[in-house]
Amino acid sequence: MVAKQSGRNRGGGGGGTAAATEVSVEELARVPLQAILLADSFATKFHPITLERPKVLLPLVNVPMIDYTLAWLESAGVEEVFVFCCAHAKQVAEHLENSQWFAQPNFSVTAIESNNAVGAGDALRLIYEQNVIRGDFVLVSGDTVSNMSLAEALGEHKERRRKDSNAIMTMVITQSKTSPTTRQSRLGTDELFMAIDPDTKQLLYYEDKSDKGTVSLDKTLLSDHPSIYLHNDKQDCYIDICSPEVLSTFADNFDYQHLRRHFLKGLLDDDIMGYKIFTHEIQSNYAARIDNFRSYDTVSKDIIQRWTYPLVPDVQFFGNSSTKLDRQGMYRASVVGQSRSAQVGPFTVIGSGTTIGSQSQISNSVVGEGCKIGANVSIEGCYIWHNVTIEDGCQLKHAIVCDGVVIKSGVILEPGVVLSYKVVVGQQFIVPAYSKVSLYQQPIKQDSDEELEYADSSTGFMDASSLSGLPDKLKEESTIQLSESQLQAASEVGSGGVGFIWSTSEGSHEEEWRHSVAPIPPAKLLEIMHTSNNELEVVQQDGNLPPSGELERDSVTANSNDYDDDDVDVKDDYEFFENEVEATFKRALEENIKEDDVILEVNSLRLSYNLATADCSGALFYSMMKSALSAPHPSPSDLVKNAATVITKWKKLLKYYLPSIDEEIEVILKFEEMCLESAKEYSTVFVQILHLLYDKDIIQEEAILNWASEKEGADETDKLFVKQAEKFIQWLNEASEEED
Amino acid sequence: MDFQVVVLAGGFSKTLVPLVSKEVPKALLPVANRPVLSYVLELLEQNNLKDLIVVVESESAALLIGGWISSAYVDRLHVEVAAVPEEIGTAGALRAIDHHLTASDILVVSGDLVCDVPPGVVAATHRRHDAVVTAMLCSNPVSGSTESGSSGVKDKAKKRYNIIGLDPTKQFLLHVAAGVEVEKDVRVQKSILRAVGQMDIRADLMDAHMYAFKRSVLQEVLNQKEAFQSLRRDVLPYLVRSQLRSELLLNGVQSEENGNDKDASQNPKIVLSQLLANASTPSFHELHALGPNGFSLSPRKTHKCCVYIASNSNYCVRLNTIQAFSDINRDVIGDASHLSGYSFSAQNNIIDPSAVLGSKTTVGPQCMLGEGSQMGDKCSVKKSVIGRHCRIGSNVKIVNSIVMNHVTIGDGCSIQGSVVCSNVQLLERVVLKDCQVGAGFVVTAGSEHKGESLAKKEK
Repeated sequence: MVAKQSGRNRGGGGGGTAAATEVSVEELARVPLQAILLADSFATKFHPITLERPKVLLPLVNVPMIDYTLAWLESAGVEEVFVFCCAHAKQVAEHLENSQWFAQPNFSVTAIESNNAVGAGDALRLIYEQNVIRGDFVLVSGDTVSNMSLAEALGEHKERRRKDSNAIMTMVITQSKTSPTTRQSRLGTDELFMAIDPDTKQLLYYEDKSDKGTVSLDKTLLSDHPSIYLHNDKQDCYIDICSPEVLSTFADNFDYQHLRRHFLKGLLDDDIMGYKIFTHEIQSNYAARIDNFRSYDTVSKDIIQRWTYPLVPDVQFFGNSSTKLDRQGMYRASVVGQSRSAQVGPFTVIGSGTTIGSQSQISNSVVGEGCKIGANVSIEGCYIWHNVTIEDGCQLKHAIVCDGVVIKSGVILEPGVVLSYKVVVGQQFIVPAYSKVSLYQQPIKQDSDEELEYADSSTGFMDASSLSGLPDKLKEESTIQLSESQLQAASEVGSGGVGFIWSTSEGSHEEEWRHSVAPIPPAKLLEIMHTSNNELEVVQQDGNLPPSGELERDSVTANSNDYDDDDVDVKDDYEFFENEVEATFKRALEENIKEDDVILEVNSLRLSYNLATADCSGALFYSMMKSALSAPHPSPSDLVKNAATVITKWKKLLKYYLPSIDEEIEVILKFEEMCLESAKEYSTVFVQILHLLYDKDIIQEEAILNWASEKEGADETDKLFVKQAEKFIQWLNEASEEED
Repeated sequence: MDFQVVVLAGGFSKTLVPLVSKEVPKALLPVANRPVLSYVLELLEQNNLKDLIVVVESESAALLIGGWISSAYVDRLHVEVAAVPEEIGTAGALRAIDHHLTASDILVVSGDLVCDVPPGVVAATHRRHDAVVTAMLCSNPVSGSTESGSSGVKDKAKKRYNIIGLDPTKQFLLHVAAGVEVEKDVRVQKSILRAVGQMDIRADLMDAHMYAFKRSVLQEVLNQKEAFQSLRRDVLPYLVRSQLRSELLLNGVQSEENGNDKDASQNPKIVLSQLLANASTPSFHELHALGPNGFSLSPRKTHKCCVYIASNSNYCVRLNTIQAFSDINRDVIGDASHLSGYSFSAQNNIIDPSAVLGSKTTVGPQCMLGEGSQMGDKCSVKKSVIGRHCRIGSNVKIVNSIVMNHVTIGDGCSIQGSVVCSNVQLLERVVLKDCQVGAGFVVTAGSEHKGESLAKKEK
């Protein structure tokens, strides 16, 4: 504040127009450094815990995450912070009030609350409307742990800005080691590909979620930049130094929500206003964002191993109780009741007021305040928050245990388990790996991309009243809901247990091990390695990079199935389509669905598989014949009868898909194919069925004659059925002649 | 050194018409009054690479070139001249002389290269990394930018030659786009990015067409991929593309069966032992081969593609366009005079003692006048090369041009930024600006030409 005022005074003092620009630049520099802290990550990675508490208040080595971010901002010279809270806004605001952040000199913290923001874009638009940002600002999320100095990055940013007013953002990146097998960094984030100009550090390309095998850079990039570095070894710290234009860009593009996926991509791809983004790489400092459980684990370990100094447990940076560092990275609060026979291993933090029973072993873990750990308990790689009770003989491995959880005796937590607030696990229960247990039932999965991380506070979730005494009023129905749920839940986590095990849907289960606190099991690693090996092959087979025409031709000879692959794809598509049509038809049979509805469904299938009408008629006919086949048919004549009934019944449906002769021929061809391959039973009664189709006016004689003439030039083997139908065709021919 | 050198001398290149004619194949085009091929041959000779195979497209060109080599390099070099059919491409040419290749490594040099980068360093890089291929890269040539008043044909558009991806140490070639691919979007395989972490993509480097190949690999690729025509467009990209998933190994067994010497890179065990022996930091290839955490179900097969990047102080240009022809001639008697092998006079020019100059005729710096040439009075020559036995009249101005041998130039002619081939007659008062005049052509008196290509009709 002081600095700002002196700046103002000077600005006022400098009068002349010649000096005006200089002064304004100077004044720009004198504006107190501001920061926007997003206390909502607009994601669901920390469900179910974040149903009850906002992510930024979750304890990281016994200190709420947001305190790390604020402490860093303060030490880095930020003078004004706007904390944007959305989900559980009240809890965040309350936390800020109770902390000493409001009382710091030269550091003002303002909370901005909103109830309806669904993404970072909304947040920034709201802040833009409030008109509080006056100059360059730091944009971070409330789950950032860092000890970097902003001075250098800020200096670079301002320097660039002076030369080029389009340089509106500087992104902080750092070196990371991506595992080639899991394709993700140690923070559990997806692999990131960036292209950066090595001279100017301008960011040219950013891709963090893609299944494509290649990175594709626009050709124009290379004409502007003679050299481009493509990085797979860098990590985005999600610390951005922005100019006010960033806010106005968000305001102008109201569809922008995600900072990276929308804003960054929009700027890079669409070249909005010619704005440019630059990067600043930090070398020795620490910066990481806690995006998921795995990064929670990684960052916790980094803190314990003091990479984040001075933000470490034994330095009192925000009034955490005095903790002392022992040998081997062991931190112990002053008041710990530890049995003599209990063993506390290296890299472990024990909070104050915690008691540990005899023969218990704790290693590589964080235990919060006021926990009661019984005897013969083994805890390895776990994060146990506050006031947790663990009874005798439990075994915990790589789990997160939230406040107030009670784990009854003999319970085993397999790796990757998350127990949300106040869950009770019944005696001897084994919680399966990667399961998440909460007092709340799993909400119905929404497919929406912009899912809110936290349940809206207005829905009045029951809250852990003991801890922070949340003001949310309980609604009556929720109480009932809970008591009901408690009854149901009892069975899910053992006798006497309380809580629901959240089921993971098929798709996300695959990701479960990626983002879990548990280390990736070796079996999984091997598996991925296998697939990645294969993928490598696939990637290269697809080639994507035939440098010249000759090569392409050649690659056909090299992997002779290169082109066939395409065919296979199409065929597969058709097969899928056929299966779906068959299923639809079966359902129609069973549930007596009206023809119109079937038509509607088949049409939508056709559109989604991008196929022609002829394919529909073929597939539909196929399904009909199949269904006729599936009905009991002791003799071929019964089969014909079955077919006749089906065809008669669904004639209208089939007819709908036979607008012209071509489709009718397609049906005959399809039938022929069936007789040869999938339904050989029909081969004996081919002519009869053909006749039937003719009788029922499904296939006109013209189609049959065309089919016959088409087949004339074919191989003898292909003519099998034409020969069978010879008489019939002859008859048709004669009949048509007579008509003439 | 166990290197066999193959010089691809080309044939009668169509792009260089009218400079190239039935009598003068591309390799014999004069650069500072010496065939361009001599620059490569002498460079190789300096590096003690004296066993050469010169591959020439078409028999007639082979005869011409063979004749010249045997007269010029008798006793100095051991050269075999091999004729191959026309239009079979560089890969095709190598395929055709397959049976001549015996050494464990092959150095392939383009015969139109004028450069001062010793091939020895390319060979050394190749050996050091035990690479399957090592390519030399140089900066894109800056064409026609030196002097004002130079030809207008120049600076068409900024032409890009190659797009090249390098590892951070600038030793390995990770990505290469040549030919038509250059003008498209750059697509880089993620798999290789994952293995390397960082890739430097450059558009300012040119493939100089000097490669070191491991012979067994080269032969294998040429035999397996019959459609490959060009080393630069097909073979090199193929090797680069497949370096982390080498297919060569599968066939390595074959080459062993054929009784060929075993290739170290084709045996993972040997690679590993080498790795341990060297105790140097393993390259990403080896790390990738070993898989994450140093274990892998089956070691992945990899091979290395290396580069040697010539420094900017080196001169390295290929004579493959008319523009390049002019540029090289200008540079060899100008900025890159060390290449010419001549000693310059105090005026920074070379005038053969047998040349005759008329009164008030001036020959400026960075000029060359061949033996037996005569010039009349009041002539002026600037930044030009004049060949042997030319007869030049009076009041002739020659600027930024190349005049080959036995050319007759009438009085009062003005020649600017042009190339005049051998046995041409320019009658009086001809004005040429940015023209090429094919061999034996007669330019009528008083005619003016600008930016034209003049040549006799092909019979």
